[in-house]
Amino acid sequence: MQRSSIAFWAGAIVFLAVVFAMTQLLQNEYPFFAGYVILQFVVLSVAWTILGGYAGYVNFGTNAFFGVGVYTAVLLVQAYKAPLGVQIGVAAVVGSLLGLGVGLLTLRMRGIFFSIATIALAIVIETTVTNWRFVGGAAGIQLQRPPVTAPFDSYVKMLFFVQALLVVLAVAITRFIQNSRIGRGLQALRDDELAAECTGVPTLRLKLLACMISGALISAGGAPAAMYVQYANPDSAFNLNYSVSVLAMSLIGGTSHWIGPVLGAILLGTTQQYLAVTISSEVNVLVLGIMLVLFVVAAPKGIIGLVGKSLRSGDRA
Amino acid sequence: MFSIDLLLDAVVTGVLLGCFYAAVSIGLSISFGLLDVPHVAHPAFLVLASYGVYLLNDSYDIDPLLAGLLISPLFFLLGLITYRLYYESFERRGSDAAVRGIAFFFGVAFIIEVLIILQFGVDQRSVTASYIGKAWRIGDLRIPIRQLVAFAVALGLTVVLSVYLSKTFMGRAIRAVAQDEEGLRLMGANPVRIKQFAFGIATAVLGIAGALLIVVAPVEPTLDRVYIGRTFCVVVMAGLGSISGTLIASIILGVAESIVLTMFGASWAPAISFALLLGVLAVRPQGLLGR
Repeated sequence: MQRSSIAFWAGAIVFLAVVFAMTQLLQNEYPFFAGYVILQFVVLSVAWTILGGYAGYVNFGTNAFFGVGVYTAVLLVQAYKAPLGVQIGVAAVVGSLLGLGVGLLTLRMRGIFFSIATIALAIVIETTVTNWRFVGGAAGIQLQRPPVTAPFDSYVKMLFFVQALLVVLAVAITRFIQNSRIGRGLQALRDDELAAECTGVPTLRLKLLACMISGALISAGGAPAAMYVQYANPDSAFNLNYSVSVLAMSLIGGTSHWIGPVLGAILLGTTQQYLAVTISSEVNVLVLGIMLVLFVVAAPKGIIGLVGKSLRSGDRA
Repeated sequence: MFSIDLLLDAVVTGVLLGCFYAAVSIGLSISFGLLDVPHVAHPAFLVLASYGVYLLNDSYDIDPLLAGLLISPLFFLLGLITYRLYYESFERRGSDAAVRGIAFFFGVAFIIEVLIILQFGVDQRSVTASYIGKAWRIGDLRIPIRQLVAFAVALGLTVVLSVYLSKTFMGRAIRAVAQDEEGLRLMGANPVRIKQFAFGIATAVLGIAGALLIVVAPVEPTLDRVYIGRTFCVVVMAGLGSISGTLIASIILGVAESIVLTMFGASWAPAISFALLLGVLAVRPQGLLGR
């Protein structure tokens, strides 16, 4: 194992240990309630970066995958009273199938056409769910949490820990992709799809793979949200705000390295939680939009681009 | 349950609705269809125009269509500024900038949406005018006058723009820049200035389109999300940049929506445009009358 891998896994273990210790020591539920959302956005942003950052396909349909994750969980609870682990696992499978579908449907599309197609897909799925009585239709559905299992003393704390596990999983997969042939292939097809194809990069297979992995992780990250709010309705599960948040977090962090979306999600997620409590949720979307526009105009490579630049100029000094 | 009368009713409503969709999409047909700008914020600008019309109508009792005409110059300026910003930040910087250009317009759309919410709240807003609320009867058919007004203005707008683009000097220059930017540069013209002007026209049209939007039905801040589907569906189905195609595609969308509405109910309506769009993108990406 390389030295950087050892450092990465050591960091991941320390992270999980700290999260676990928090759930055992802290009594107040609020930090977990807010922290869950931030961790959820880390998963979504990192997963989005696989397709949106490495491959350069701007997915506006994050809400489609998120909502499919939520409603897979709802369906499993309604029909089979399935446990949380099963909900997440099945959501990942459904998400990857949806990703495959998106990939096949958008084979010939690039740029804005791909982005618009992903929004379109989200709305079509949302409308279908709205008209589906069994999962509550437009009015939504109430869900009952099962009793929490030891060692956790509350369900929110357990969800917080589960989301932390998903963070480690998502980052590990994304990091693996970035350092492997897959990541280099995706970057090649982002820069010039035709040239990549001509030099023997299997662009089609790579693109489908990226859609599937990204979709599976976003749906898995969304699945626990059903139990988190104990309620699901199409309007909130498929809200376009998820798409713009994740897009902003990834681009503001920087999409050339997995640490970018992690930083972006933590930074913006924390700001959002703070603004939503202190001012209003509208102002929080406004701040998000303004930051997104400022960053894509002024700092195209995001925070990691800015930091990298100052590090390089520091070397020269 | 289903009858010829109902179908006829749906088709007539659909054609009226379709011409209205042409009016709200025609700006995008120029900015996205001809100039290749990924203008996802087009529907947000449209809703913004509706709120401008609402403000003039509510405070000064100005007729909504006249109000639309009055705010058009402001939207022309807004278009010039938006294109300049887009050009300097993205178009000039080359290939990788395209991805961020899309994100840029997505962000702009959300900023506009939230600013409207902060200023006007999330409630629906509507305008008052003498022709709103009345209807015209032909036998069993009942056509609201507001839809007829929207139909007539929309049709007029489409014809005027179509003539402008094919007959005037500037209109032809805009089509030339869409066909061969490099060629135009070699002729000694400045393609960026032409594109900026064209983007201004495309945005100015939204003043009147926004007036029609609020004449046809009340508006709310998040209405732009549905219109992303409708406008892009129309422009892609039309074939990028085809003005006559825009009218045909709009009528197809209008009739499709109206028939589905009659047969399956309103809850399926938002998906129609998006489903049509997905179908067109997958099967015939160059559209009906593609260039």
